Amino acid sequence: MMVMNRIATFTAAVLAALIALPAVAANPQPWQLNMTPGVTTTAQSAYSMHMIMLWICVAIGAIVFGAMAVAMIRFRRSNGAVPDTSLVHSTKLEIVWTVVPVLILVGMAWPATTALINAADTRNAEMTVKITGYQWKWRYQILDYKGLSQPVNFVSSLHLDSNKARQGIIDPAQVQVDGVNTYLLDVDRALVLPTNTKIRFVITADDVIHAWWVPALGWKQDAIPGFINEAWTDIREPGVYRGQCAELCGKDHGFMPIVVRAVPRAEFEQELVRLGGTVPGVEAIAQAAAPVAPTPTPDNG
Amino acid sequence: MATYATDHTHDDAHDHKPQGFLDRWVFSTNHKDIGTLYLVFSFTMFVIGGAMSGVIRLELFQPGLQWVNPEFFNQMTTMHALVMIFGGVMPAFVGLANWMIPLQIGAPDMALPRMNNWSFWLLPFAFTLLLLTLFIPGGGPAGGWTLYPPLSLQGGYSVAFVIFAIHIMGISSIMGAINIIATILNLRAPGMDLLKMPLFTWTWLITAFLLIAVMPVLAGAVTMLLTDKFFATSFFNAAGGGDPVMFQHIFWFFGHPEVYIMILPAFGIVSEIIPTFSRKPLFGYQAMVYATASIAFLSFIVWAHHMFTVGMPLGGQLYFMYATMLIAIPTGVKVFNWVTTLWRGSISFETPMLWALAFVILFTIGGFSGLMLAIVPADYQYHDTYFVVAHFHYVLVTGALFSIIAAVYYWWPKWTGRMYSEFWGKFHFWWSVFFVNVLFFPQHFLGLAGMPRRIPDYNVAFADFNMISSIGALGMLITPFMMFAILYHSLKKGERAQQVSWEGAKGLEWTVPSPAPHHTFTTPPRIAPGMLAHGDVTH
Repeated sequence: MMVMNRIATFTAAVLAALIALPAVAANPQPWQLNMTPGVTTTAQSAYSMHMIMLWICVAIGAIVFGAMAVAMIRFRRSNGAVPDTSLVHSTKLEIVWTVVPVLILVGMAWPATTALINAADTRNAEMTVKITGYQWKWRYQILDYKGLSQPVNFVSSLHLDSNKARQGIIDPAQVQVDGVNTYLLDVDRALVLPTNTKIRFVITADDVIHAWWVPALGWKQDAIPGFINEAWTDIREPGVYRGQCAELCGKDHGFMPIVVRAVPRAEFEQELVRLGGTVPGVEAIAQAAAPVAPTPTPDNG
Repeated sequence: MATYATDHTHDDAHDHKPQGFLDRWVFSTNHKDIGTLYLVFSFTMFVIGGAMSGVIRLELFQPGLQWVNPEFFNQMTTMHALVMIFGGVMPAFVGLANWMIPLQIGAPDMALPRMNNWSFWLLPFAFTLLLLTLFIPGGGPAGGWTLYPPLSLQGGYSVAFVIFAIHIMGISSIMGAINIIATILNLRAPGMDLLKMPLFTWTWLITAFLLIAVMPVLAGAVTMLLTDKFFATSFFNAAGGGDPVMFQHIFWFFGHPEVYIMILPAFGIVSEIIPTFSRKPLFGYQAMVYATASIAFLSFIVWAHHMFTVGMPLGGQLYFMYATMLIAIPTGVKVFNWVTTLWRGSISFETPMLWALAFVILFTIGGFSGLMLAIVPADYQYHDTYFVVAHFHYVLVTGALFSIIAAVYYWWPKWTGRMYSEFWGKFHFWWSVFFVNVLFFPQHFLGLAGMPRRIPDYNVAFADFNMISSIGALGMLITPFMMFAILYHSLKKGERAQQVSWEGAKGLEWTVPSPAPHHTFTTPPRIAPGMLAHGDVTH
């Protein structure tokens, strides 16, 4: 039964991968075969470059391995093939298979350069988030957003359910949010970000090197003590996007996930106020929770 | 050729082998015996490093922490890499170089035989130091084989052990490399011009220069780690004015040429085997030599492609992306030349040929993923995921290791005078080629789906492919023992090998009897027309 289920999910996953539904594909899926296009310009260009490269490699592979296969079938000794020992050198061929790859590489480098220049441009951001990596959690500080009076500052670490599961208290398979398994991909306090806003990140660390990575945003950036790195994003669709630390940082490297909850700007402004910031022109509504130190919410979906 | 060979059968009769075990193996200055020592050492290390990967794949068999704690898991990933790279792959190639270079160029021995002995005997001590760390308080190094500070400096006493072990390995490698260069440049038989040398010798000549250039760089980098850790310097400590990213630059200035140190000799081996079993000279011999030299040159100017996420300036990223892509060109030239060597040949599929052909296909797959990794916007996603793990295992396992196995099967009859069982050799091949792909191919999918490398536990979505990968690992873990049994059986019961053990084989190593006598070419051979694989090259 288990096997049948897995085959069924596999088939479904292959179909999903082929159709590449962005909303479903925000978080890792069982049997996922390919990168997903993500929800930002950077992620989209990473995905397109990946697919371009993949298909070029498949094409070259088909030619090279095809030629090998033909040679191995046609020129078998058991077929009575006689070696043509005069076929040992051809300057013309050497030039062809040097020049043609150069042209292919130029064809690859062109879109890659464009994408990279775009990814490096952190100018004209509408807000800044400072991320600090610690062994083994993340600190988020929202430094500026439309005249935010006081930076919002909180620490995000592994969710209690995942923590229990890794200690064997509960089964990893049972760690779920809205029917999606979130084992090791859920935190006590998600980073809430506005959609359709150019957000600049400044990233550093306080002890060892970490790397901040949410696949749906399309990049990872090392968090290095003593350095401040920059990156940016512009999330197109509301949703919950999960990631992990991507640079070995000690024993709990696998246990410092990242969760970004992208919401429309109005909702984000409410969230800022709820977290203790004051944004001009935004009144706090429905302040049920304590304004300064909100209780950790398991709700990230 | 026939008259020439008689000389050496004559030699065989009074074959001054040292008689005592200590004299023969510990004090040995004979290139063949030292070659054997290197190969036996490397085999042992492959088994130990393989056992460590067994621990890794066992823990990753299913989600949750079942077998080991994360600290020990990190020690396993770190040690697995160090043992496989410095203890497995590199000594195996040096062992093959010791055995084959003097035989291929018609030299009586290595140029510096006593140093040769020392180069080898440093290694067991280096690895004793390294492996001992698993049993000291605080355990072994757990910061990854790349030893990035500040994390690596959080280790305990193991830091000092690892650094001294690396120093000793480095001294061993540098001496081995000096020996190889001295041998090739000085001891070639008359008529063995540089551009008539077999490709294996050529690739090793170039590799030896890479070793001499970069091992001191690694030694410098780890010495700075040592003083940062124990003598309060701040080379890599930002709080003291140092720079943790500088370590990465220095490390990868060593590390990228190191990658080619582990693959150029493999190119050489494959360039020996494919022509033999195609019964046709290597296509584009000179292009192959120049391609090898180009790859070696490029290997020095691409190091920061391991560091695309550290926050380099845009110009740096663009430069390292373009330079890295260039490597595809000489590598492509090599692959195209191998394929054209097959073309209009008369191909048979003995065991060494099967491994060599699998090398061409699977190494090329590893090369494709390497080309994808060079593209910075995509690398932002691939970096430090299982996609990278899959990539470097394709080039190192189905690349370097497959070529080593191919070389052992290819030259085994020359070394031992015995053939191995062709059936079991092929069985070993098909078994390995199946399980190695079960092991590593799904790791591409895991990386693309978002699984970082070096984690002991993972989300349930990654469970299925991890389980498949672990099953592949189980299959692969059996193969060293399978190979050992095949070779042991051959040694005891194998058929006697001919002097020219393979129908299409050419080169000086096939002009001495099988097994090769303890001393060969005590007088330089006279090279007759048609004796060399590339003898017709004129210049």
